[in-house]
Amino acid sequence: MKLSEHAEEILEAIWVATEEKGDFCLEIEKTGVSPDDPAYAELTANALVEIREGMICFRPEGKKEGEMTIRRHRLAERLMMDVLNIRGEDGDSKACKFEHLLNEGVDTKICTMLNHPKTCPHGKPIPPGECCEDARSKGDLGIVTLTEFKSGQAGEIAYIQSEDSKKMQKLMAMGVLPGNRITLMQSFPSYIFRVGYSEFAIDSELAREIFIRKEG
Amino acid sequence: MGKCCNVGTEQLKSAGAIKKVALVGNPNVGKSVLFNALTGAYVTVSNYPGTSVEVSRGNTLIGNVHWEVVDTPGMYAIHTITEEERVAREILLNEKPDVILHVLDARNLERMLSMTVQLIEAELPVILIVNILDEAERIGLQIDLPLLEKRLGIPVIGAATARKRGIGEIRKAISEYRLSDSPLKVVYGRNLERDILEVQKLMQGKYLFARRALALLLLQQDEEVTGIVREAEGGNFPLLEQKVKEIFFERRESFHLDLSMERREIAREVLRDVVTFPEKDLVTWQEKLSTFSVKPLTGVPLLIVVIYFGLYQFVGVFGAGTLVDIMEGKLFEEHFNPWITGIAVAYIPWETIQELFVGEYGIITLGIRYAVGIILPIVATFFIFFSFLEDTGYFPRLALLVDRVFKRFGMSGRAVIPMVLGFGCDTMATMVTRTLESTRERVIATLLLALAIPCSAQLGVIIGLLSKSPGALFIWGGTMLFLALLVGFLAARVMPGKPPIFYMELPPMRLPQIGNVLTKTYTRMQWYFLEILPLFIIASILLWLGKVTRFFEKLVTVMTPAMGAIGLPKEAAVAFIFGFFRRDYGSAGLYDLQSKGLMDGRQLTVAAVTLTLFIPCVAQFLVMKNERGWKTALGIALFVTVFAWSSGYILNRLLLAVGFA
Repeated sequence: MKLSEHAEEILEAIWVATEEKGDFCLEIEKTGVSPDDPAYAELTANALVEIREGMICFRPEGKKEGEMTIRRHRLAERLMMDVLNIRGEDGDSKACKFEHLLNEGVDTKICTMLNHPKTCPHGKPIPPGECCEDARSKGDLGIVTLTEFKSGQAGEIAYIQSEDSKKMQKLMAMGVLPGNRITLMQSFPSYIFRVGYSEFAIDSELAREIFIRKEG
Repeated sequence: MGKCCNVGTEQLKSAGAIKKVALVGNPNVGKSVLFNALTGAYVTVSNYPGTSVEVSRGNTLIGNVHWEVVDTPGMYAIHTITEEERVAREILLNEKPDVILHVLDARNLERMLSMTVQLIEAELPVILIVNILDEAERIGLQIDLPLLEKRLGIPVIGAATARKRGIGEIRKAISEYRLSDSPLKVVYGRNLERDILEVQKLMQGKYLFARRALALLLLQQDEEVTGIVREAEGGNFPLLEQKVKEIFFERRESFHLDLSMERREIAREVLRDVVTFPEKDLVTWQEKLSTFSVKPLTGVPLLIVVIYFGLYQFVGVFGAGTLVDIMEGKLFEEHFNPWITGIAVAYIPWETIQELFVGEYGIITLGIRYAVGIILPIVATFFIFFSFLEDTGYFPRLALLVDRVFKRFGMSGRAVIPMVLGFGCDTMATMVTRTLESTRERVIATLLLALAIPCSAQLGVIIGLLSKSPGALFIWGGTMLFLALLVGFLAARVMPGKPPIFYMELPPMRLPQIGNVLTKTYTRMQWYFLEILPLFIIASILLWLGKVTRFFEKLVTVMTPAMGAIGLPKEAAVAFIFGFFRRDYGSAGLYDLQSKGLMDGRQLTVAAVTLTLFIPCVAQFLVMKNERGWKTALGIALFVTVFAWSSGYILNRLLLAVGFA
């Protein structure tokens, strides 16, 4: 189901009011979307909400949808802050636009990339998705940078993230390619890692750009 | 059609032209050792990645055919990033070698085979040398070379060149080489193949590389290759360029990564069942030592031990002390000089000409005595120390240990090699700064070498000079360290450009082979001597001329106020004039002054500091000019001169104020 942006915002507003503030329903004026917007009709037609006497309430399907919408919103916020380093109001407004793109599995990928975060940058909980449950049951600790590793820990390289293509090519020349196994030998004063039978030393600048799936 | 062309070149070659074989491969896989084994010539081999910054060429006779052997700097891929890699590829692009030996490390087949794939793809005449087989076997790796040969469709030879294993087979393979008719067909994923084809279709020029490989290099935005293709395609190029831009834009996210991953998959497929890994990893004593040397808690004490025994005891006490006493004190002063002076006086009637050879500044009594009696023992012991350490594989470990500290001075840990080498010979070290990545880093390293790193000969003389007064030695050392840190710290802040990044391969630690260490020391000594001996002789002649024409006295008079400003007697000017020819020569001049009792402790300290900082020798200046260009070299020289004198002035005032004598 692909909802319009306004419809998603209404769902978010109801979810915050009912799940986090403990209300049963929300007054239409407080959703932030004007009452004559077609989004209301859209939501009713999809049997997600009920509107009675100026109040808007979830139907059971709507609650689930609302939860996923809020999840996408907060993941988008995390993405803005953690990865793209866009903070403050700018980050919030960009996150609001971005969240609508995070469907059809994109949210799962982002959630995994962000290592299944539990809270948004404002400290509010992010409702867990299936991927988070999966990760927890498998004991998958997610993906971290090489700088988060302890000496002796090993894992599979998940991806390299670098703005500088030359840096990336240097790493690739050292055998740092997604799918290869990497072992951190030492982290101070420089990072020493081993790929295959070769050892390399790099500084934290480069180590920060290698993302690894932990083996535990 | 391709065949008929090959026949044509064959005939041309057999008509007497020299054939060419090029060695390529990752850094530190034994290319230089193989080069030496093939040619019998000697290039410096070390257990240090990136030492062959220049292309070495040699000749060898295989059967009755003359072959030129070309050793190239290490390269990781055909698409080049660093200067050294560009130099290596240049040979492949322009020289059309008859055979290319791709040397790789048996322990890291998967990573390195990616380049073999690229060479095959470019349709180059490749023979694969799986080297360092002995160490691979020791850790329990088994490699099925015949299967690998079958899969790749090119000759594959196992070798351990450091142990002379496989050399005969390699020579045989070179002489019997025929272009393979069924090399590995490199096939990528469907989308990539489509993109390659689209670019390839638009290419019409004639090239030494297969178009398919060039198309990939174009897509990788390789500037040099783009230039070559632009030339070859002429009017056709804009269309091609447009296509390349289009595809690159579509794939901008991850083209390099996608390509590397595809190549790894190809390498994995080729290697399936070829390599058998040992069940458990063997931890060797070399690995234990390696771990020991890189942990700060044990590595720093080890460094101190290395410096104390290697540099202080061996080079300082033994080289600069014991050996110099024997060579300079006994051999020259007591025996050789009186004898040669006697002969000169007996056979040369004119006193002025006598002076040229055996006088105060005589070519023999001064020039040769300094060069052979003082400099030779010190530099020889330093180079033995350096070469030994280099072969153990300790330097890359030292580099990672100091990287954090060096970053504060605008350099990466990589710069530790030229810095340590600078304590041997600043001129040689300035040449080695080209292995550093960015211009910024190179300039800072060049500056510090010119200013604050005393070369071994100078160091030996100065330590000898000041050793009678521990206070003076301490002040000299402290001042030098402080100024080096200060200048490095400021340079890192003032110089424009990005801070350097550090990455380095750590070769396994090895016990050096004494023969290799000695040959290396000998080669370095030879280079050093050929470079300095003429300078010493020229210096002696100029000094003699100066004395004869009285120009020298005038110069000393002119320099007297400058000497006075830093509290030195006017005779010290002689040492500074010497210093311009060689730094060590200058220090040796101070040595003479001290023996004559012309300077007290304060003056000696100030002179030693100023002279150490002062202008690098002529040779170093010339190398600076070659490596960094006139502008930078002159800029550094001017800065160094002003800085040396100001520091001397301030130090003199300070010492006077505290009453140090």
